[in-house]
Amino acid sequence: MKHSKILMMAGACALLVACGAEPQDPQYGTNHNLPKPSRGLLPTMTIPEPTGWGDLLPSVPEGYSISAIATDLRIPRQTLIMPNGDILVAEGRGGNAPKLKPKDVIAAYIKGKGTTSVESGNRITLLRDADGDGVYEFRSVFANDLNAPYGLALIDNRIYVANQDALVFFEYEEGQTEAQGAPEKLTDLPSALNHHWTKAMTASADGRFLYVGIGSNSNITERGMTAEVDRAVVWEVDVATGARRTYAEGLRNPTALTIQPGTDQLWAVVNERDEIGPDLVPDYLTAVQDGGFYGWPYAYWGPNIDDRVRPQDPEKVAATIAPDYALGSHVAALGVDFSNSAMGERFSEGAFVGMHGSWNRAEPVGYKVVFIPFKDGAPAGEPVDFVAGFLDMENKRTRGRPVGVTVDPKGALIVADDLSNAIWRVVPDTPVPTSPVLQGGEAENASTR
Amino acid sequence: MAVVIQYRYSEAIHPLHAVLVSGALALFIGALLSDIAYAKTYEIQWGNFASWLIVGGLVFAGIALVFALLDLLRAHRRVPGIGIYFLLLLATWVAAFINALYHARDAWAMMPGGLILSVVTTLLACLTTWVGFRTPQFVGREA
Repeated sequence: MKHSKILMMAGACALLVACGAEPQDPQYGTNHNLPKPSRGLLPTMTIPEPTGWGDLLPSVPEGYSISAIATDLRIPRQTLIMPNGDILVAEGRGGNAPKLKPKDVIAAYIKGKGTTSVESGNRITLLRDADGDGVYEFRSVFANDLNAPYGLALIDNRIYVANQDALVFFEYEEGQTEAQGAPEKLTDLPSALNHHWTKAMTASADGRFLYVGIGSNSNITERGMTAEVDRAVVWEVDVATGARRTYAEGLRNPTALTIQPGTDQLWAVVNERDEIGPDLVPDYLTAVQDGGFYGWPYAYWGPNIDDRVRPQDPEKVAATIAPDYALGSHVAALGVDFSNSAMGERFSEGAFVGMHGSWNRAEPVGYKVVFIPFKDGAPAGEPVDFVAGFLDMENKRTRGRPVGVTVDPKGALIVADDLSNAIWRVVPDTPVPTSPVLQGGEAENASTR
Repeated sequence: MAVVIQYRYSEAIHPLHAVLVSGALALFIGALLSDIAYAKTYEIQWGNFASWLIVGGLVFAGIALVFALLDLLRAHRRVPGIGIYFLLLLATWVAAFINALYHARDAWAMMPGGLILSVVTTLLACLTTWVGFRTPQFVGREA
């Protein structure tokens, strides 16, 4: 099957209301177009068929080069750069939500065609480039027997790992390549069903708190309201005690969190709801306001009511904050990190966003890493493709799917790819001299992811 | 006193065929009642019940449709009324299929279309069963 545009049920093509028209207005940025909700009798699904890289590499801008620093991993998702330059990779696949409706059985089968068949790693792998030549020649399993680890953060001498059901930590000494024994638990995380299982995490700038992103338990409450307690929120967890409070609500699936250098502000990329059209609702990048409500499930992008939710809540609709920057609908942003001057002048001020790519849209979107330029601390301008070539548009095949992105303070972008099970590293061809003062400031509480 | 046993099978459609059609009717009624419960309570589980009941009805009605089609295709078995019965059964199945697609929508998106289609499907299934049970069964020709 060369071209796999899959319809949910054969023989029903005539019933399909086509809704794959190309968007007229920009689907990204601060001033973007929100069409009216629409849905045909069948949801549109296009799953690009996985294929190998062969001799090809992802494409990067001129003046940059890319290489795979690790392959044959077991579903790499997020990475963390240690102060000595080692890279930790969280590997695994989670989720245990039962199939409730006939639709779930069919949709799970179709979606499975676009993902890797490799078994969940449930581990953290360490990569090391001891001589600094860009080849990560040493590799070890840092920790094993984890439960779908995703978010990673380092505070002082502890590595925190957000499993799909608990926040755990390992004691760490610089240079260590293997954890000493099993991790200790800081706190449990909501894990019933885990429709959206990834637990994104980052540490606050002062190292006192961990922020944990907890996705909703459904697309749009189709598993019932009771399944949504403590879901679609960002938690602030006190590192000293494990106590937590809800920092922000209504973020459907906050898949990656990061702290903006300079402002110490928490930012997130969030995946929005499906099945109301190919150009709704845009996934977004936003500064997460303390106590803010971002709409899910009652509304989206300010007071746009989602009519699929019962009972409705006009107060919540009115309270909905419009996010800062639209990344495009269904791009599935799963990674975010702020850049620095070591990445080169063109890409020094802004954030990189990893886009896993769409499955519920006729024309696939995402499947790349983009750079969102910032000005005066806020997103400004169009996204620029930074790593592309994952998708073979002509044949509707995909070679890889980007997830987590992490900026190495030394001037490299680390991209986890959970389809080709590789870690990619993008570097400027001519290293940019960096001011040691700036670097020191950034590394003070170490890197977080 | 001699007992006379008359082997009287249904004079209408084949008994197995009849079981399938009436089974589908029961499942579609169940789906309709579940839809009403969901619409009144917003309790999503009723919507899930309706989805599966419709799929069950589709399976039963689908097999019955094969029976009806065979009766229709074999000219020597064709009896008065089988044509209209076949069309009604087909209409029931198509309505139920579209209803199944409506019920595949998330949460309240299945309403009100799902409820309306459940009413239509149930009415069609009642009519089909009525007509089907009145359709004589071909048992053989007199010599």
